[in-house]
Amino acid sequence: MTRNLSAVQGSKTVMPDAMGELVVAAKAGDRSAFDELVRLTYADTYTLAFRLTADPEDACDVVQESYLRAYRGLKRFRGDAQFSTWLYRITSNCASTQLGRRARHRHDELDDDVALDELRPDANPEASLDSAVLRSSLQAALLSLPPRLRAVVVLRDVYDLPHESIASELGISVSAAKVRLHRARRRLREQLYPMPGEPLPIHLSAPAVTGRFDDLVDEGDARAV
Amino acid sequence: MRCDDLSGRLGDVASGSLVLDDADRLHVDQCLRCQAELVQYRRLLRTLRALRTEVFDPAPGVLADVLAGIEELGERRAVRSLLSGRRAAYVGGIAAAAATAAAGGAIVIASRSRRRFPLAG
Repeated sequence: MTRNLSAVQGSKTVMPDAMGELVVAAKAGDRSAFDELVRLTYADTYTLAFRLTADPEDACDVVQESYLRAYRGLKRFRGDAQFSTWLYRITSNCASTQLGRRARHRHDELDDDVALDELRPDANPEASLDSAVLRSSLQAALLSLPPRLRAVVVLRDVYDLPHESIASELGISVSAAKVRLHRARRRLREQLYPMPGEPLPIHLSAPAVTGRFDDLVDEGDARAV
Repeated sequence: MRCDDLSGRLGDVASGSLVLDDADRLHVDQCLRCQAELVQYRRLLRTLRALRTEVFDPAPGVLADVLAGIEELGERRAVRSLLSGRRAAYVGGIAAAAATAAAGGAIVIASRSRRRFPLAG
């Protein structure tokens, strides 16, 4: 799978104080200060949106919607978290909405696991993968996760959001968020570091059936199971 | 089997959100499979954290679209606040005019009624 994206190391480094001053000015109604905040953060926001949606077009829509929501809700930003963290929460909420919309329209969620065989590395990845290759394999493995698992592991393990915030923005319970995190980490580990002689995990060979079963167990819907 | 029981928790151990009890720790100390899994989780989490410093370049035009969207929203908001300000001014003006008219009317009525009923004597 080729993506028409280039990854660059590091985003614009912004001192928190400078960002804080811009936030104060923007809250006071200075539009140019908000524009500057957008300029400083949009690549980062796009990166998160892309990691959550795995689709460049969806990511662009999410970015657009996120900043509009941020602009509308800026007066409510109390400043007890960093502006970027607040923006991550908005972005994850928008991405969740976008993914829900996409799932309703395209029903493509069950296809998410299909390309996993291509991602399975050599039997001994520690010996053959340096960190850059590992990162790139991990990016691909992340994109192959079902959206509901990907969102949780990205927000928790990449962006360091607390479980409570993740649950709140994704509209799920904290315990469901934790279950999804376990499952996501396990899948990533299995893809990147398959145990010697370990058979291909069942969910890799029959994604449609087990994906649905996972959904049901994940949500604790005993009746549906 | 203890390995299977532990397997689900080793990710939390690697992230530092869970501390194993003595019996489980003893098992991990003696079990190569669990040790390997723990190391893999640690490496996975470290690599996930490293992704935080990577930024994807959005397609050209995304920034311009976002800024244009905000400008439009800002303009709409400004127009709305202007209109609501004018509306308040109109309503205030009408209320003041009505109050003045009412006061004038009351004075006229009062002066007429004084003329119609002159004081006796």
